[in-house]
Amino acid sequence: MAEPALSIRGLTKVYGNGFHALKGIDLDVEQGDFFALLGPNGAGKSTTLGVVCSLVQKTAGQVSIFGIDIDRDFARAKYHLGVVPQEFNFNQFEKVLDIVLAQAGYYGMPRHEALPRAEQLLKDLGLWDKRSGSARMLSGGMKRRLMIARALMHRPKLLILDEPTAGVDIELRRSMWDYMRRINREEGTTIILTTHYLEEAESLCRNVAIINHGEIVRNTSVRELLAELDTETFLLDLARPVEQAPHVEGFEVHKVEGAQLAVVVHRGQRLNDVFAALGEQGIEVVSMRNRANRLEEMFVSMVEQGNGVQRELDSMGVSK
Amino acid sequence: MSTAQIAIALWTLVVKEVKRFTRIWPQTLLPPSITMAMYFIIFGSLIGPRIGEMDGFSYMDFIVPGLIMMAVITNSYSNVASSFFSNKFQRSVEEMMVSPMPNWVILTGFVLGGMARGLGVGVIVTVVSLFFTRISVAHPLLTIGVVVLTAALFSIGGFINALLADKFDDVSIVPTFVLTPLTYLGGVFYSISLLPAFWQNVSLLNPILYMVNVFRHGFLGISDIPVGWALTAIFAFIIVLFSIALWMLERGKGIRS
Repeated sequence: MAEPALSIRGLTKVYGNGFHALKGIDLDVEQGDFFALLGPNGAGKSTTLGVVCSLVQKTAGQVSIFGIDIDRDFARAKYHLGVVPQEFNFNQFEKVLDIVLAQAGYYGMPRHEALPRAEQLLKDLGLWDKRSGSARMLSGGMKRRLMIARALMHRPKLLILDEPTAGVDIELRRSMWDYMRRINREEGTTIILTTHYLEEAESLCRNVAIINHGEIVRNTSVRELLAELDTETFLLDLARPVEQAPHVEGFEVHKVEGAQLAVVVHRGQRLNDVFAALGEQGIEVVSMRNRANRLEEMFVSMVEQGNGVQRELDSMGVSK
Repeated sequence: MSTAQIAIALWTLVVKEVKRFTRIWPQTLLPPSITMAMYFIIFGSLIGPRIGEMDGFSYMDFIVPGLIMMAVITNSYSNVASSFFSNKFQRSVEEMMVSPMPNWVILTGFVLGGMARGLGVGVIVTVVSLFFTRISVAHPLLTIGVVVLTAALFSIGGFINALLADKFDDVSIVPTFVLTPLTYLGGVFYSISLLPAFWQNVSLLNPILYMVNVFRHGFLGISDIPVGWALTAIFAFIIVLFSIALWMLERGKGIRS
């Protein structure tokens, strides 16, 4: 069986101020996977990825990239790794082409190989026309794409994307998704993604781990996770405003605003029953959509559950 | 990394550093030329003739090597300090940290970049000095050797400063409060033989004195201190500071959380 693209065992990180960012997490990401690492702010996502990329020093534990232990041969492991960080981390005053060529140079790639590679990537990501301009003149979305191009220069087998589409408009986000799907499918690049757009994770990723308070609270496939979803909330836009939320037997119905209702539907319940009951009361529904995407509902419920357990333990004076 | 790959990585870093300071030449190359021209005009041409000879040479000829060395020291130091710190500040240092480039290559790349600016400015100041006096070099190899070693030493110093710095102010503290006084008191403008015995001995604790004196010896053939001793001290400083800088880099001091 092939080595996992990333294997983490007992990873612990305690910062200088005593904060336990990671509490001995275990995680495997298989080769070729498109994997989401989700969690609220401060949960430990960026610390985990920081350790993998050598930006954060671990306190304990083991990390292997394609079977190479980073404690034994980090340099060799780094050849397989491409990183797109959350924040812009290039010299804003350098030219776009110089930034990607310098990255190739740091990996020991000769210029005659680096130039065509840079041209191909910058063209693929719509930046070739900007190659001679200073990076600070790029828009936010272009800067994100520049970091993707830079990370791919040395043809990494594992690409880490830390919130790659943050602040990017919807159209551009979709084109970036297509590009990421393409390199995952056609080039077999393993991709690990952290994101706050759960729609992004649901749309792109096959497997997911949810991290909270420095612990992995769930590690499974996106499909399995969604199958466990017990409730979904639908927003119904009405033809006419209603005075108050109508009563629908067996369903929880709330009035969101004059002409909009929120209906909580549990697993096994039929939406048709809602429409029928509303119809009987003379309420006409003109359109319907999910309040949040399905993964988001699941994520919020798991994190809230986790926080609740943590609060209970804290109140009992028990540390996890 | 193979040797060829290391050579490419090092070359990339050096070229990037050289491009950086040449791109902003009005901030990096022009000011020292103007400042040194002022020194030559005021101390060399106007005040110098009233001072008379210093160690058997005209005052202008005496201060030329010291002023060249002063320019090399401050520019080597400040180039690496400001460049590496701005890499930290903009987080572009992460580009290097995530790459397989060994730490000694990162350190050497920045040091060579600092040396390039220090020596470049040294050449410019030398050319400027030719407008005021004729330069003769008594020991060319020694002159080149000591200026190269000095540029290396202060580039390493700048690197350590940048690693320790948390804000831009921290990068300017050492040049303002340490380097400038040590340089001014390091025999650039006078021979320490003019000082009382006590202050002569105190001056011997100033490492810059050794560099200025060996460099002057290379130019004029005179020195306040033994040349061999001075060269040994410079070598020792380079080895010690390089080891400290590398150790700090390995530990991720100032760059890894």
